Amino acid sequence: MGNEDNPGVAVRGEALSPERRRFLGRLSIALAAIAAAIVGIPVVGFIIGPLIQSEEPVWRRVGAISNFQIGQTVKVSFEDPSPMLWAGVTSLTAAWLRRLDAERFVAFTINCAHLGCPVRWLPKAGLFMCPCHGGVYYADGTVAAGPPPRALFKYPVRVRDGQVEIMASAVPIY
Amino acid sequence: MAGFIRKILSEAVDAFEERTGLIKFLGDIARHPVPPDTGWLYVFGSAVLVCFIIQVVTGIALATRYVASSGSAYQVLNYITYKEVLGNLLRGMHFFGASAMILLVGIHMIQVFLMGCYKYPREFNWITGVMLLFLTVAMGFSGQLLRWDQTAVWATMLAAEMIGRMPLIGKYLARFLLGGKTLGGATLSRFLAFHVFFLPAAIFAVVGIHLFLVVHDGISAPPIRGLKVNPKTYRAEYEKLLEEKGVPFWPDVAWRDVVVALVVVVTIVSLAHFVGPPALNNPPNPSLLANDPRPDWYMLWYFAVLALLPRGIESVFMVLAPLAAFVFLLLVPVVWNKGERHPARRPWAVAMVIMVVVTIIAFWVEGSRSPWSPDFDAKPLPATIVRSNLAPVINGAQLFYDKGCEFCHMVDGQGGARGPNLTDVAARLTLNDIKIRILNGGGNMPSFAGLLSREDLNDLVSFLESRVQEPTRISGGTSVPVASASEGIARAANDPAPHFSK
Repeated sequence: MGNEDNPGVAVRGEALSPERRRFLGRLSIALAAIAAAIVGIPVVGFIIGPLIQSEEPVWRRVGAISNFQIGQTVKVSFEDPSPMLWAGVTSLTAAWLRRLDAERFVAFTINCAHLGCPVRWLPKAGLFMCPCHGGVYYADGTVAAGPPPRALFKYPVRVRDGQVEIMASAVPIY
Repeated sequence: MAGFIRKILSEAVDAFEERTGLIKFLGDIARHPVPPDTGWLYVFGSAVLVCFIIQVVTGIALATRYVASSGSAYQVLNYITYKEVLGNLLRGMHFFGASAMILLVGIHMIQVFLMGCYKYPREFNWITGVMLLFLTVAMGFSGQLLRWDQTAVWATMLAAEMIGRMPLIGKYLARFLLGGKTLGGATLSRFLAFHVFFLPAAIFAVVGIHLFLVVHDGISAPPIRGLKVNPKTYRAEYEKLLEEKGVPFWPDVAWRDVVVALVVVVTIVSLAHFVGPPALNNPPNPSLLANDPRPDWYMLWYFAVLALLPRGIESVFMVLAPLAAFVFLLLVPVVWNKGERHPARRPWAVAMVIMVVVTIIAFWVEGSRSPWSPDFDAKPLPATIVRSNLAPVINGAQLFYDKGCEFCHMVDGQGGARGPNLTDVAARLTLNDIKIRILNGGGNMPSFAGLLSREDLNDLVSFLESRVQEPTRISGGTSVPVASASEGIARAANDPAPHFSK
């Protein structure tokens, strides 16, 4: 198709057949997609990295066994299993630790099983209570009242060399 | 001399325009024809844009000081607030800018909906507006987290738990949010990247499309009763209207936007100066428990919704409700894109807006009171409230505090609002019924069967009775069917009636 006013365009238009144009169009899209994937795959991998890395739970010492009286429930703070140097106080977490007898301990997460708010221990009532929506648990961690769908999670506890150790693990997500 | 400079400048401008065409391009946009009599209801969109610009400018300024480190951000926030020159004002401007933006997005949306501006051919502009609504809320929430105090840390935890309820992928989404299995070093940096790069970039892009469409399809004429939108004839009618009565946007219409812009700016800066930004609370230490996390005001109503949901639908609601709201809003212009625009002829549209606004305000009020939260600040009842010399009553009052009753129940104006006010409970229930209730619990009240001795139970009831009458102290032989602890728990769990009435 000759174009008297704009011969340059006309020549280029005639130089390529419609099939070739379609091919070049598709080729360009494919090449661009490859380029995008080469950049995108490592970027996405980096961003979702926290999902795939597995962190072994770590035993954390929370104090000498003699510090804990039988029958008492106390809050103990310890470092979470992935403390980064720049995390500061945010690497801390806590548990409600109770000494059951000479050797045995039980440790509850401080996170309410409802939405993760920090539950408090009411020693005189023998109840855990959540400040957010009033979830209540009995001393053994079972649900006493309110919205929690399940009992408080427990951390494994052990005694090593006279020291009480709690297995620090991921934030309990239900 | 002046003439010479003017000549040089004019030549420079001409040369620039000859090469770029930008002056004509932008001038045409500024002076694009607008229907007559648009008036003061058309200012809200530009008011939102003003807020967004304030947010970008104050945000960039704050970013020159901020340190996105989980361990240091709190100290930096304190420094900005208390030591840095104008730091408190800048924080206040950013907070009230965000508040104004969310409020005005809501008003803009209601105005567009009530005036039927979203109907043909502006459906897609409504859809971009819905995207901007959700992006704005996401900015607000991620911004609150950057304050990185104890409230921010627990709000993050709550958000992680909430999205963790999503089936199959919930756990991974929660980890994505936290940047790992625990809240810590990686968490704050992610929020910064979202709040400062990703979300603003998305907002810029969508605002660009939003504004392009405003010019492409033109500003809708004020609705007229009986004048229906017919997609087949609308464009021609609109062109005719502009040709006959159209006025240039600048300055005929734009001056109102500028007046409102000034009002918005003055309001935001005044609030920032006189009210100031939200105070920082405790450090972001997840092992400190004494706190009461709650969102900023614009999310408070949703916080109340979640707190008041019936138990069974909670998990489903948390995941599906925001999604359903998003899809519903996207479908509005798809389903109702023609016909009447005037609100007087669309009673259901008006009713819907009133219903949504009233519902949100009601939840706001509840959210600000949050009666579902136990009051851990409650103090033991003083002698002036106990008003008794009887040992059982005094002991009962002490037990009322020690056993946690007072965190949820009020007596003579002191205590929580989670459960019923017990000031005159002895007038409503027999003493036996009170004992049964305490021992069995139910719904939102734990069973105290295993937690109270018989003597303490009698004292507690005597105390409650003493609110209404002289206690008829009956020690020992009571006819109360004392449920065993396990029975009490079973009954509490099966009791469908919520103990909590508000």
